[in-house]
Amino acid sequence: MKKRLTLAVGVLVVVLIFGYFAFGGLGRSLVYFWTPTELLAEGDAAYGTSVRLGGMVVPGSVRWDADRRELNFQLADEGGTIEVYNAGIPPQMFLEAADRKEPIGAVVEGTLTREGVFRATNLMVRHSEEYRAPQHGEDKQEYYRELFRDQSSGGAE
Amino acid sequence: MVGTIILVVVTLAVVGGVLGFSLRLVGMAESSVRRAGTMAGVGALVLLALGLYLGLVWAPAERLMGDVYRIMYIHFPSWVGTGAGYLTAFLASIFYLKTRDPGYDYVALAGAEIGLLFNVTGLITGALWGRPTWGVYWTWDPRLTTTAIMAITFAGYLVLRAFMEDPEGRARASSLVAIVGFVNVPIVYFSVRWWRTLHQVQSSPETVDAPIVWALRTMMVAFVLLFVFLLAQRFLLARIRGEEELELMKLEVAGD
Repeated sequence: MKKRLTLAVGVLVVVLIFGYFAFGGLGRSLVYFWTPTELLAEGDAAYGTSVRLGGMVVPGSVRWDADRRELNFQLADEGGTIEVYNAGIPPQMFLEAADRKEPIGAVVEGTLTREGVFRATNLMVRHSEEYRAPQHGEDKQEYYRELFRDQSSGGAE
Repeated sequence: MVGTIILVVVTLAVVGGVLGFSLRLVGMAESSVRRAGTMAGVGALVLLALGLYLGLVWAPAERLMGDVYRIMYIHFPSWVGTGAGYLTAFLASIFYLKTRDPGYDYVALAGAEIGLLFNVTGLITGALWGRPTWGVYWTWDPRLTTTAIMAITFAGYLVLRAFMEDPEGRARASSLVAIVGFVNVPIVYFSVRWWRTLHQVQSSPETVDAPIVWALRTMMVAFVLLFVFLLAQRFLLARIRGEEELELMKLEVAGD
């Protein structure tokens, strides 16, 4: 009888933990990244604090200055858009997606300045769950050649 | 629809077969375990060769990641092996607590240890893949964090075993650790759906081109066979050591 009770309590605890994780939200402070909407909704409190910001890169917004190694782009979700500045070479996948104006997600670490620009100290690129072969017209050989030329000249065209 | 049903049935059959084998090890003679292990080992070698060919040569590059994505052919099946190992440890631990048959303790140890081996392989290949694609080797997103906790839990399981002298107490304590530790495994799986992560959600045959799917499936089956091979070897080793240990204890008691 005592064993049964222990088992029932154990199962209940596990179910509660799962339920909390799945539906409890765990509080804003624990989320891995904030969305542009959430950060903008903070108003003045958003400025100057270190946060992780995540969203989709706005297609066509990417400006990569290979000589000065400066990157500007916009990060957006349904409710807001934030201009992001990052110094340093972005991962190849980021530029690859930007070149083809394909949707790609990104997570940046840094702070929102008073000018409304998010100064990122770290840029991370999200890959979707899709794995596709290069499409018709995207010549594989040509693609590799470009990839290697880009890398050997430090990302410059 | 039919494809999905076939997929589910085949998956359940493979999982059921592997777990059934793991738990039946307890009653098997050494020669049968060796034979089953050898068969699985040969199958694993053949399918590893085929799968690596399919994945590294036959399957196309990925359109955004190029060839870098090919580390997935090790990364993904490693997590299948991790799940198989920890699930084996979990079930064998329950069976141990019910029957107190040391055989299940040996199965649990083998499952946990091989699960950890695949777990670490998955973490390393993930980090190596993350650097060129995500831009970082590691980040504390919920998927990676829960995965790290999973590895630490089962590493702790092995450490605990190493520090406990009494075979029965060790088996009981480590069973509890394996059962409680296993609760985290489904959390790891669902973490990408429950929370915001850098890691993407699970892929499916709809989101992956067919050649990539087939190469992945081949590698997955190869790793399952590799798991069965390793489990059989590790179980035999644990049983030989365990029986020696019990023999030694009897001698000590007799000597007193």
